[in-house]
Amino acid sequence: MQIQRTLALTKKELKKTIREPAVLFMIFLFPVVFVFAFGASFGGLGGSQTPNYHIGVVTSSSEDNPQWSQAFVENLVAKKIVTVSVYSENATAQADLSQGKMQALLLIPETFGDSINAYIQAPNDANQWLNSTMQLYLDKGSLIATQAVPPIIQQTLNSMLNQNQQTLQSPIKLQTASLVEVKTASTFDFMAPGMFTFASIFLIMMVAQSFTQDRENGMMKRIRISPTTPTELMTGHVLAYMCIALVQSIIVFAMTYAMGFRPSVVGSSYMFAFVLVLVFSVSNVGFGLITATIAKSSGAATGLSFLFVLPQMFLGTFVGASLSGAAQAAGKFVPSYYVTDALTSVFLRGAPLASAAVLLDLAVVSVSCIGILAAGIVLYAKYYKI
Amino acid sequence: MRLQFLFFKFTSKHETKFFAAKSLTVIYMSESAIKIQNLNKKFEDKLAVENLNLEVAKGELFGLLGPNGAGKTTTINILCGLIKPTSGTVQIHGFDVQNDTQKVKELIGVCIQETAIYPYLSGKENLELFGKLYGMNKKAIKERSNLLLNKMGLADDAKRVTAKYSGGMKRRLSLALAFIHDPQIAFLDEPTVAMDPQSRHAVWDFIKEQKNKGKTIVLTTHYMEEAQELCDRVGIIDHGKLIALGVPSELIAKNHVKNLEEVFIQLTGRNIREEL
Ligand SMILES: Nc1ncnc2c1ncn2[C@@H]1O[C@H](COP(=O)(O)OP(=O)(O)O)[C@@H](O)[C@H]1O
Ligand SMILES: [Mg+2]
Repeated sequence: MQIQRTLALTKKELKKTIREPAVLFMIFLFPVVFVFAFGASFGGLGGSQTPNYHIGVVTSSSEDNPQWSQAFVENLVAKKIVTVSVYSENATAQADLSQGKMQALLLIPETFGDSINAYIQAPNDANQWLNSTMQLYLDKGSLIATQAVPPIIQQTLNSMLNQNQQTLQSPIKLQTASLVEVKTASTFDFMAPGMFTFASIFLIMMVAQSFTQDRENGMMKRIRISPTTPTELMTGHVLAYMCIALVQSIIVFAMTYAMGFRPSVVGSSYMFAFVLVLVFSVSNVGFGLITATIAKSSGAATGLSFLFVLPQMFLGTFVGASLSGAAQAAGKFVPSYYVTDALTSVFLRGAPLASAAVLLDLAVVSVSCIGILAAGIVLYAKYYKI
Repeated sequence: MRLQFLFFKFTSKHETKFFAAKSLTVIYMSESAIKIQNLNKKFEDKLAVENLNLEVAKGELFGLLGPNGAGKTTTINILCGLIKPTSGTVQIHGFDVQNDTQKVKELIGVCIQETAIYPYLSGKENLELFGKLYGMNKKAIKERSNLLLNKMGLADDAKRVTAKYSGGMKRRLSLALAFIHDPQIAFLDEPTVAMDPQSRHAVWDFIKEQKNKGKTIVLTTHYMEEAQELCDRVGIIDHGKLIALGVPSELIAKNHVKNLEEVFIQLTGRNIREEL
């Protein structure tokens, strides 16, 4: 492989990106506009609009130690970002939830007070605990509920038990709860990781168009006649798109930062985020090549690229959080899901880079992305010589 | 001292002889720049090239003539390795196009039928890019692109993006790209199609100049007057078959007609440009 040839092709592709207004818009301006639009509508702007979550709590009348559930409700009410309605009947509460009068409904079990008492007597001996489970119903149609409410409740619970966030053991389990640390996080904060992922998905369309156009106007033939090898051609292009993905993620990061996204993480986490987005961009080149293989013309490539763009977008980025369980399960088949998941772990859950969850995501992203690129190259080379 | 000198003379003489013998065989082996043997190309059920046998000598300017759909582009595409023949072989300077692809690529420059240039790059940038793809150094690229831009009358527009070029300017740049690495052999597929007369004459001058430098050129055209003006020898193909081969003046004399256009009518009973 000759570096001069490879870099010449990279430079050419970058010039195209900068000089063609349509490409420039799609690659850089669109993510900016998108982040801005979402930020503005989901409380990212200025950070002054604190969101308000309406949570219903059902307490049981036959509780042995009702003072604990009362204390829990008081603690929850004390959080500025929630409004609490207390119900004594589950059926009424469920009806209100289904009518959209609240975003979440929490059932406090009869044994709640007993569990806490048992815990206080022996906080370090799990064998003495009386375990109980709080049921949480969430409005699946609400992005806010699914993302933000469980951590708020978990946090309230933890503070009552005087536990720090990282302790895994607790006598009271919250179903659907996770260990997200929520301070006054806006919905926008929950969307930010997905936005990093989102930005580079449109590379699929750009790659597909670039290859079909070069094929249509004879440039592919011209390159094939020259001593350029397929490896040089592909490496040159992949490098160009990685550069673009890097710039995109920097722009998106600057945008989210400007709109109030301030994850409390160290520099290496940002490095990790950029590396992850770069690896992810490789799969988009792969999908772009597959699109270019199927598409007969550059016009068709634009439409066909949505075949890959939409699933990646809806199942794997911030939009996915508000989807049904089935769609979320389907998300496990798109690489973007793992990118968003890893970024969410790092930025929002404060997970260390070397934690199993993050490493697993990274492994899935790396393997699948390289696999997709390889598949793209092989398919393209089979049907249209490179 | 003297003895040493004699000895040196003796060996050097010997070497000269040896070299002479070696270069003689090389010349003998590759006397023809291009050697096409039993070439066939079938697209599904369409025979685009039928049993073509042809040799083009080094330094020759050869014209491949024929109406639209005759198989000219298909032949050129096989010669430069873009498509595989169904059967038969092509050798360029003794290298097999299918097997010694990389060697052949360095020898040839090709102007494909499409006007293939990057629209978002300037004329100069297009030339520089291909200079790099041909492994040339910066200085050589600069000199060569300036020369070609001048020859093609594009010097004033060198820094403009080619999307803004006129049709003729794009064609001329596309042709210039084929010559960026100063190839020994050039394949030009309809280099002057749809060009204004002024552009066409500039291109003819350029092609003649290349020939005078000893380059081998194969060009295709359906303009008979172009072939007559430029070519040392022409091959007329129709429906994939070579129906005539020779020096233009001899073909004209042999068929007792006034020009190549009439040679084609004589041989096929058709006009070469039906639509006109
Ligand atoms: N890729 C292809 N698939 C099928 N048929 C083709 C293809 N390329 C060329 N042909 C056919 O082969 C014949 C010769 O075409 P071509 O070489 O382009 O002619 P010319 O260049 O002389 O106008 C035509 O009938 C054309 O339709
Ligand atoms: Mg043709």
